[in-house]
Amino acid sequence: MTNEELKNKLLGWHQDLQFSEEGAPYLNVEVPLSLLKPLAAKLKSDPDCAFDYLFCVTGMDFGSELGVVYHLESTTFRHNLVMKVRTADRENPEIDSLNEIWPAAYLNEMEVFDFFGIKFKGHPHLKRLFLTEDWVGYPLRKDYVDNVNMIIR
Amino acid sequence: MGEFLTDNIKTQEYFLNMGPQHPATHGVLRLLLQLDGEVVENLDLDLGYVHRSIEKMCERLSYPQIIHLTDRLDYLSSHMNNEAVALAVEKGLGIEVPDRVKVIRTMMAELTRISSHALWWGVMGMDIGALTAFMYGFRERELINDIFEETCGARLTMNYNMVGGVRYDLHKNFQQKVKDFIKHARKKLPEYDTLLSNNIIFRKRLQGVGAIDKENAILNGLSGPTARGSGVSCDIRKIHPYSAYDRVQFNEITFPEGDSYARYRVRIREMWESLSILEQLVDNIPEGDHKVKTKAILKLPAGDYYQKVESARGEFGVYIVSTGEKFPSRVKFRSPNFANLSALSKMAKGFKIADVVAILSTIDIVVPDIDR
Repeated sequence: MTNEELKNKLLGWHQDLQFSEEGAPYLNVEVPLSLLKPLAAKLKSDPDCAFDYLFCVTGMDFGSELGVVYHLESTTFRHNLVMKVRTADRENPEIDSLNEIWPAAYLNEMEVFDFFGIKFKGHPHLKRLFLTEDWVGYPLRKDYVDNVNMIIR
Repeated sequence: MGEFLTDNIKTQEYFLNMGPQHPATHGVLRLLLQLDGEVVENLDLDLGYVHRSIEKMCERLSYPQIIHLTDRLDYLSSHMNNEAVALAVEKGLGIEVPDRVKVIRTMMAELTRISSHALWWGVMGMDIGALTAFMYGFRERELINDIFEETCGARLTMNYNMVGGVRYDLHKNFQQKVKDFIKHARKKLPEYDTLLSNNIIFRKRLQGVGAIDKENAILNGLSGPTARGSGVSCDIRKIHPYSAYDRVQFNEITFPEGDSYARYRVRIREMWESLSILEQLVDNIPEGDHKVKTKAILKLPAGDYYQKVESARGEFGVYIVSTGEKFPSRVKFRSPNFANLSALSKMAKGFKIADVVAILSTIDIVVPDIDR
């Protein structure tokens, strides 16, 4: 499907989705927190979309909000979609885990938790992946300060 | 005797640490194995021993500087990693590189692929217990490193790509040396098959070991030769062609079996395909500049940029989020090794400890790319 057809398909499911196509050739869709898991399941199971390949999961710090960006591809049709979710809660951010839908999310979600502190609800084994268990703070957040290990010019 | 010695021995589950300093983990990677006797019941990963937080460092570096960090990720695919960042930034700035640059980049990438696969083949043999393979693999790799050294000035982390082209023009010996190498490799690659591929002991170690089916390979995000060994068609050079891959003929190698031997055969055949790509290009390098002039300070317009390339291990992606400053706001490297490793516990369950070594070898992991 082309980006336009994909957009209409998604709007047919949920009218209030926001789209943008900044920079990349991929279609970007802003997904509300509560809609993430049902929409992801639909994107995978729908025969016209068939998004079976989750190839990139990126944790993001948007400043006031934290979020996750999911890059999807269909190995049947070779079309792409980028899902963006945001949460305004920086103290206790929670996003649904997509591990049941795409097992590729398993390690990636652990990495995002490690660096951004976003908790993935339903992840079977959420723990620090790269850093030690007693590490304080989440280093890839913009407000992270470490006077010993970071050199800021 | 009457009864076997093992008949009265009770086995119980226990944990075994594999790594972080283990020759088969190819770097500092720690695996926790839950064993019943010698059989792996479960497997957990402990990562982060060489984590340098390159993604965080990138947030305080300009785009040309970021390229230098990327060949420290997967150091055996350094050229492709550099290329991904260069392509992403060029696309964002609307820079059209000369044809000569595209061909040079493609040839260098294919040389890198052969050298990486040759190293993998040697190390793979050593992991399984065939020490001779190591010497054979390095024999071919050495010749490629010499070609790199002449043109790029470095043998491993070449830093040859830059935004708008490549750093130096080709050395005057380049074409002749590549031709010599192709001739040499065509003569020597069959030795790989006579030494290992057709060796019955070697095949028994790999066939049927660590199989993963096509559907699970896709869902786990596998890419590169690892996924193609499960019959997944995922070659970025074919699906989303970049540089000069749209002007060469080559086959995408896939095998349906999904076991370690299928992954092994994909890599062996890929070396032949890379030789054929080199042969098509070596006499057709267009004349022209090897770089275009760019501004001293590069600022990407605000937005998202994504570029993927086929590295020796799979799909390497660069995701850049820019706010219009000279530093990116976020850089994410989609590492093929990290994704491929996620399927390890699925592959290894039910096999013996020695098979874990074989599986790790055929996934062909490079730890600095996992830890980033």
